[in-house]
Amino acid sequence: MLNTRLVKDILVKRTTLLLLLLSLSVVVIIAVGLTVKSIPLFEYSDIFQLLAGKLWSPMKGSFGFLPFIAGTLAVTLISLVIAIPLCILTAVYLTEYASDALKNMMLPLVNILAAIPPVLYGVWGVLFIVPLIQLYIAPIFGVVTSGYSVLAGGIVLAVMIFPIMISIMVEVLQTIPYDLKAASLSLGATKWDTIKHVILKKARPGIVAAIVLSTSRAFGETIAVLMVCGNVAKVPTSIFDAGYPIPALIANNFGEMMSIPLYESALMFSALLLFVIIFIFNLISRLILRRLEGGQHG
Amino acid sequence: MDNTRRRLLSEKVAKVFMHLSGITVTASLFFIVGTILYKGLPYLNWEMVSQLPKGGFYIGKEGGILNAILGSMYLAGVSTALSALIGIPISLYLNIYLGTNSKITQFSKLLFDVLYGVPSIVYGAVGFGIMVYLGIRASLLGGIITVTLLTIPIVVRTVDELIKTIPEDLKNVTLSLGTTRWELAKVMLRSVRTGLLTAVLLAFGRAIGDVAGVLLTTGFSDNLPKYIDEPAATLPLSIFFQLSSPIPEVQGRAYASALVLTIIILIIVVCTHILQSKQKNRR
Amino acid sequence: MHSYPSIETKESPIVNPLIDPHIEIKDLNVYIDGRHILKNINLALPNNSVTSIIGPSGCGKTTLLKTLNRLVDDTKGVEITGSVLVNGEDIYGKNAEVTHIRKKMGLLSQKPYPLPMSIYDNVAYGPRIHGTRSKKELDKIVETQLRNVALWDEVKDRLSHSASGLSIGQQQRLCLARGLAVEPEIILGDESTSALDPLSTAKIEELLIELKKDYTIVLVTHILRQARRVSDYILFVYDGEVLEFGPTEQVLLNPQNEITKQYVKGFIS
Repeated sequence: MLNTRLVKDILVKRTTLLLLLLSLSVVVIIAVGLTVKSIPLFEYSDIFQLLAGKLWSPMKGSFGFLPFIAGTLAVTLISLVIAIPLCILTAVYLTEYASDALKNMMLPLVNILAAIPPVLYGVWGVLFIVPLIQLYIAPIFGVVTSGYSVLAGGIVLAVMIFPIMISIMVEVLQTIPYDLKAASLSLGATKWDTIKHVILKKARPGIVAAIVLSTSRAFGETIAVLMVCGNVAKVPTSIFDAGYPIPALIANNFGEMMSIPLYESALMFSALLLFVIIFIFNLISRLILRRLEGGQHG
Repeated sequence: MDNTRRRLLSEKVAKVFMHLSGITVTASLFFIVGTILYKGLPYLNWEMVSQLPKGGFYIGKEGGILNAILGSMYLAGVSTALSALIGIPISLYLNIYLGTNSKITQFSKLLFDVLYGVPSIVYGAVGFGIMVYLGIRASLLGGIITVTLLTIPIVVRTVDELIKTIPEDLKNVTLSLGTTRWELAKVMLRSVRTGLLTAVLLAFGRAIGDVAGVLLTTGFSDNLPKYIDEPAATLPLSIFFQLSSPIPEVQGRAYASALVLTIIILIIVVCTHILQSKQKNRR
Repeated sequence: MHSYPSIETKESPIVNPLIDPHIEIKDLNVYIDGRHILKNINLALPNNSVTSIIGPSGCGKTTLLKTLNRLVDDTKGVEITGSVLVNGEDIYGKNAEVTHIRKKMGLLSQKPYPLPMSIYDNVAYGPRIHGTRSKKELDKIVETQLRNVALWDEVKDRLSHSASGLSIGQQQRLCLARGLAVEPEIILGDESTSALDPLSTAKIEELLIELKKDYTIVLVTHILRQARRVSDYILFVYDGEVLEFGPTEQVLLNPQNEITKQYVKGFIS
């Protein structure tokens, strides 16, 4: 009887170990596979020309990635400008001012936002944000645009990163000890004074981590941005210009990949680029968050 | 006195902005769902969910999106089942067999963090590469492979969090009865049963809504998914294609399809909430 | 029920609190989530003296302290009736401004909580909040208060360093300096030496006795010896009620109330 149990134990252990190794090797497959596939592109032109080149014309053999890097940066930057203040204020409100009942209602609602499939954000963006920009926002600045712009992408992205930013910020703010706030209040400071000078300062590393993590999420978002950003391979010079972030590049052109071998390599390189950027951002924010967690117990 | 009044005023102003922010954030949820409801409801009818797209569907003729509904269900269902079968044991192995202090566990968790953060488009690109290498054409199989890989880190992380909530005492008491670690794992699994279900549901929701992963690997088809090596339709892609049509009727149907997807997601979310409150009540 | 002392004790001058109470508490009742935490408190605390609140844990000592600077307002589900008069004005009155009241009271909590900023900024925090901007003034305040708590020499060369680099004893003195910088009238201490080593504890006790000349001090402590060393008056709180109040020696060595007798039993020997 005992033997059967032990055998089962070992069997399960071995099988799971195998599964574990296979799953972890995916990281290797991604990194190595993409790099290997990109090699033809590296042989064709050096990395600086690739990253800084402005012209994207694969048919003519020109692979300048700058428009896409710029597009990704533009859309992400706009989304951060919108999301960061909104999320900090909301997170502070939820932890410092809101009643428990309100908090318990709002947090799940915000998390539902996270469950909505990206394509629905794209649909909403096309339905509402694009016309909004075309008909109302742009005219204020005297600009004529179709509405398909990096601004549209930024707005849609901002809403998509609300849940992750708010939930991490709320978590971080909740770790601040009450007595610290009491110390500030006892000196005659208002709650808002305390928030400005004590709480936000103490929570700064965590807030930064939340932002970095949300940024890496924003970098990788594909379909929602693709549907509203215009997909024009030029470096955007104003927020009303169309843009072409890296994920959209990959998504739109994989069909054409087969015709030009270098094209496939270029798209694999884009994926590699994305992977590396996101990997670095993720690492930074995890390190910050882990150090924060350790500091609390220390 | 002046200083105090100024500070109190700035607090009041700050509170106004905080309220506005909170309202903006929560309102956007209702806004999105509401817009889709508003635009999609007029076009939602029995025909849409029960029929396949007939010839000319995308330019206004009859039909429905049954191909996409079933295709998505099938794809997400199989992928979620696979990733759960793989991910749950892995998480148990890391957290219970090896324990959270083991170097292997910490290293693995780091790698899974990386995998979790990789966007689905990259999985799509890699999946595509694998398919080319193995000689598989764009099909349900390709999509299943890609989405499974995509979902495994999500399952592992969610189960990790779940295991963290199991009280130490349960583990100690069970071990002291002389169980093997596998039996311990079974006991712990039972104690977080509802949590596991929630995790699987959430993974399913993620899988069904994903576009970038299936775009490059699953292809598209107007037929029902029958064979695993054939291209299959998925809801997000169906929405996308219908939306690209210039004909308002078709666009309207795109919103209806989006509504169908939204309803599926909302059902999942409601189920997870019910499960979670059941879990809380039991505690 | 209470006998207001007008006895000369060996540490303090003759004080008749009936004529000159700094703090008066009238019919104070505090409920938290329906539970009656403080029951019908009536007290007068004299000026320029140290009063120690003693009693078993969980009996409302800290709550009583918190009602003095209205920190108790933040507790969830709290209900307060009655009045607390400081210099004759009810701090729970309709026109009372909470930040002003708190400015009058300095709080020293059990564990030191230095603010996440430099040593200089910690002390300057209060004055800055209340409007003092000039660097010269702030410099003066910082130096004065750090000298008051005997910390100046130890930190004068690293004022811009983070306060978290100080030892716990130094941090607690910093918190005292921080509290003094807003020029309170009353200092409240919530078991403020329980996290410190004996040397730091002695330093803080010394400071409190010094400060009594200019401030009224109310301390919560569970160390009876400390109460004896430091205070002029002792308040015994049991189950949310004030059972005894009087000069230190009297309460500790010759308590009137039975329960008080039991509590200080170990001390009378």
